[in-house]
Amino acid sequence: MSERQEFLLDGEEVPFIPGQTVLQAALSAGRYIPHLCYHPEFKPHGSCKVCTVKSGGRTHASCTLPARAGLEVDSATEEMNQLRRTLVQMLFAEGNHFCPSCEKSGNCALQALGYDLGLTHAGFRHFFPDRPVDASHPSLLLDFNRCILCELCVRASAEVDGKNIFSLSGRGIGKHLIVNAASGRLADTGIAATDKSVAVCPVGVILKKRVGFAVPIGKRRYDERPISAQALEDAPRPPAATAIQETQ
Amino acid sequence: MSEPVEKKLRLATTSLAGCFGCHMSFLDIDERLLELLPFIEFDRTPLTDIKHCGPCDIGLVEGGVCNAENVHVLREFRKNCKLLVALGACAATGGLPAQRNHLDLADCLQEVYVTEASLSRGGIPNDPELPLPLDKVHPIHEVVKVDYFVPGCPPSGDAIWKFLTDLLAGRSPKLGHGLISYD
Amino acid sequence: MVELSWKLLLNTLVQRHGRNPVRLLQMLREVQESKGWIAPEMIADLADWLGLPGSQVRGVADFYSFLHTGGPCRYRVLFSDNITDRMQGSEALLDYLCGRLLLEKGRVSEEGLVSVDTTSCTGLCDQGPGLLVNGWAIPGVTRERLDQIAELILGRRPVEQWPSDFFVIQDHIRRAGILLGSGLKPGEALRVASQRDPVSLLEQVKASGLRGRGGAGFATGLKWEACRNAPGDQRYVVCNADEGEPGTFKDRVLLSRYADLVFEGMTLCAYAIGAAEGFLYLRGEYRYLLEPLREVLNRRRAEGLLGRNILGRQGFDFDIEIHLGAGAYVCGEESALIESLEGKRGIPRNRPPYPVTQGYLQRPTTVNNVETFCAAALITHKGGDWYRSIGTPKSAGTKLLSISGDCAKPGIYEYPFGTSIRQILADCGAEDAQAVQVSGPSGRCIDATEFGRRIAFEDLPTAGSFMIFGQERDMFEVARNFVEFFAHESCGFCTPCRVGTSMLKGAMEKIAAGHGTACDLGEIEALDRVLNQAAHCGLGSAACNSTLDTLKKFRPTYERRLKSLEFEPAFDLDGALARARRMTGRDDAGAHLETEA
Repeated sequence: MSERQEFLLDGEEVPFIPGQTVLQAALSAGRYIPHLCYHPEFKPHGSCKVCTVKSGGRTHASCTLPARAGLEVDSATEEMNQLRRTLVQMLFAEGNHFCPSCEKSGNCALQALGYDLGLTHAGFRHFFPDRPVDASHPSLLLDFNRCILCELCVRASAEVDGKNIFSLSGRGIGKHLIVNAASGRLADTGIAATDKSVAVCPVGVILKKRVGFAVPIGKRRYDERPISAQALEDAPRPPAATAIQETQ
Repeated sequence: MSEPVEKKLRLATTSLAGCFGCHMSFLDIDERLLELLPFIEFDRTPLTDIKHCGPCDIGLVEGGVCNAENVHVLREFRKNCKLLVALGACAATGGLPAQRNHLDLADCLQEVYVTEASLSRGGIPNDPELPLPLDKVHPIHEVVKVDYFVPGCPPSGDAIWKFLTDLLAGRSPKLGHGLISYD
Repeated sequence: MVELSWKLLLNTLVQRHGRNPVRLLQMLREVQESKGWIAPEMIADLADWLGLPGSQVRGVADFYSFLHTGGPCRYRVLFSDNITDRMQGSEALLDYLCGRLLLEKGRVSEEGLVSVDTTSCTGLCDQGPGLLVNGWAIPGVTRERLDQIAELILGRRPVEQWPSDFFVIQDHIRRAGILLGSGLKPGEALRVASQRDPVSLLEQVKASGLRGRGGAGFATGLKWEACRNAPGDQRYVVCNADEGEPGTFKDRVLLSRYADLVFEGMTLCAYAIGAAEGFLYLRGEYRYLLEPLREVLNRRRAEGLLGRNILGRQGFDFDIEIHLGAGAYVCGEESALIESLEGKRGIPRNRPPYPVTQGYLQRPTTVNNVETFCAAALITHKGGDWYRSIGTPKSAGTKLLSISGDCAKPGIYEYPFGTSIRQILADCGAEDAQAVQVSGPSGRCIDATEFGRRIAFEDLPTAGSFMIFGQERDMFEVARNFVEFFAHESCGFCTPCRVGTSMLKGAMEKIAAGHGTACDLGEIEALDRVLNQAAHCGLGSAACNSTLDTLKKFRPTYERRLKSLEFEPAFDLDGALARARRMTGRDDAGAHLETEA
């Protein structure tokens, strides 16, 4: 047995396997750090920055911060939570997130994160971007209005489905999701409703048709229990080494 | 709730670009409305039919801002209410009406009043009595300063009750899990 | 026939690049240059050739400002939009040209002939305003020059046939020190190095105290050593010539006049770390330097300074290839630069791992600034101790400054570290400075009370940009220009920078339009905090610097624009009724929303 290694998260010891990041180790140990673009089955991405923590006087995205023995990490502080609230507000203001008319409501990670952080509004001036909906596919709907650019579908389609259905285009505030078809339409790709890229969307962009509202609003995933509780259940335990180095 | 107070808090409500669903939800606090009455009195609301808002302690605004009249009403509320509250998804985000924001207003008016056969008489109305639409629908905090937001479509009766009782008790309103809801 | 010609073009260039997807950006750039745009069919064909998803090719093409997928356009005119260009009248000149061509800014004319728009700083600040025509740089633009340009465009004269004097760019070297005045001959430093073993070269560089000249100031010797010691068979040397920081142009001059010194430094690095391949990543704005630089490389090959068995030393093999960027400031960040070298979107990587262990193609890679390589060549020639004796104890050697703005003699100045701002201002003839932006928009803005401060890593670190603002300049407009720059150049990877820079731009626009309030200043400060704390790379975390600094040091320039009201709407209410007024033909009192008293 190698020596048990630990770092401190909000003053409490968290064990880790070398190669794990702070977020991975924390979740495996039953400690929640709010996050959005991270998914336990994929290599940490580090784009949403919701999982930002403070260590050594500096801020880091905990999903990509390698765990080290003796590291002291502050996460559950008002300063970090305020930062997370602002980031989630920015995502709401950037897209067109009309929860009342979204089939994903109640199963949406962005929304659930907002609930958990106690957000009552998006603040800021809303961008109201013009993002068309792609309903071309017989069994899937693409509603770009709700895209938070987490790239989980891009990653899942490339790494799990082996199809490369999704890519990102543009840059800055004009960055957007596109599909791999000369026509630009989902119907002209080889996507299937059973693909990982469909299931992995944390928000309401990639939706299956004809199964809407099978579970009524109010009885959905995050209506039952907050995302903080659910994320811990999703985390691999005992800690599987989905380490950053190994998956590269 | 405790003893009645000497001076009741004066409350006004209105619906801008909304569906009155939030007002229905307000009524949905049911018999607890009676518990509120010793503490509050109503100014302008659809219940009192008072047409203009006077000095108030709390203003509850449902709906986003979609036309010139909404702006006038919202400004009247802001001017008269010590605390202005965005009630529901439309007030906080623009909501359902804001889903016209990706359409060009001119195209909308053209479609409704000119192209659409059933309304073809007369073209686009130019009656000064009719408020002009803004080119986009906005959440109310983009037009006036807003003190609190109660999200939901509509916010549940319980959420509204929790919000108001917190406020009446002098606490900073806090909606916990289950009461914060965006849908 | 037309179809055949582009098929043929693609075929040839794909073959020339060995059907290697890593060269995608270079291929796209060449398609853009020869066809004027990158059509969907070309994207599809390229994807087929390279075995890449078409959407990925499109994603790359749409990332870079100088690649166009929207439609053909024979002449693309881009005015450099740095604050120094604006100070030299670029905005009025742009309007003038649009007027001459009967064009709207940003729109391609109907027959696909011409478009006029802005681009980020093109590095001609000492001889602005600058512009690019189909990627070719023209300095010192005047109305007369624009009249000529308009004539040439309307006469459909190919850019290659335009008068060559349009394109003459001056070096403006005003003050030479050990680097600019070294007189080092090609191969001179290399000869010294090749007499000894690589480790002793490394020791010299370490002893010199040389720190990276790109701004961050990491110890060059340590970087080389880490790369040398990193496990792997193949190593790479990369010269970062993506000089994108607004206000800097010293690399332009180094590459124009001191290219041998740059390549010599790269070759020395290759010797020290054991690399056989190197890249010079040249910013797209310096397209005009590509052929001259290739000529230098050819000459060096002929002289035995590049290629196999350099200077006759068995096994010392190294060659350099030039990659061109295509208009993306973020590629100046070393890991984004590597992504771009690999033919991808220029997104900064998560770190660790760092490029010295996993860089280009995940192999050990040393990325250094143009000026760093030049300094390394000097150090090799004259020794680390000599170099260390110049400058300050923590900042050895000299620094090149690109000086522009309100001064009599803009240009390139070389100073030992430790020189005061006051001295520099006196030398360049800036008698009336109210502020200096040191190290560009991502650096710091200092006011007159700080002119005693010194250029040094321990005081005012700088990558070389030095923009001077006279008393008459409006520092709010300076900050607004920088905020627009960051919003335009954000890669969009992380939330704080993608959304935050756009929000910051919106807030500055609102204040500029006279609708700002104290609330908006609060919002700017909140956005600055988020950018500073959470951005993925240096671009995002520096994007708040200009507003932070000017709010602190030049707050009145904001405050005099603010409404006394505590709150103002986020948008122009009356303007938001304009469309409805037009549609209804109404103009009565009820058809307007006045500003609240």
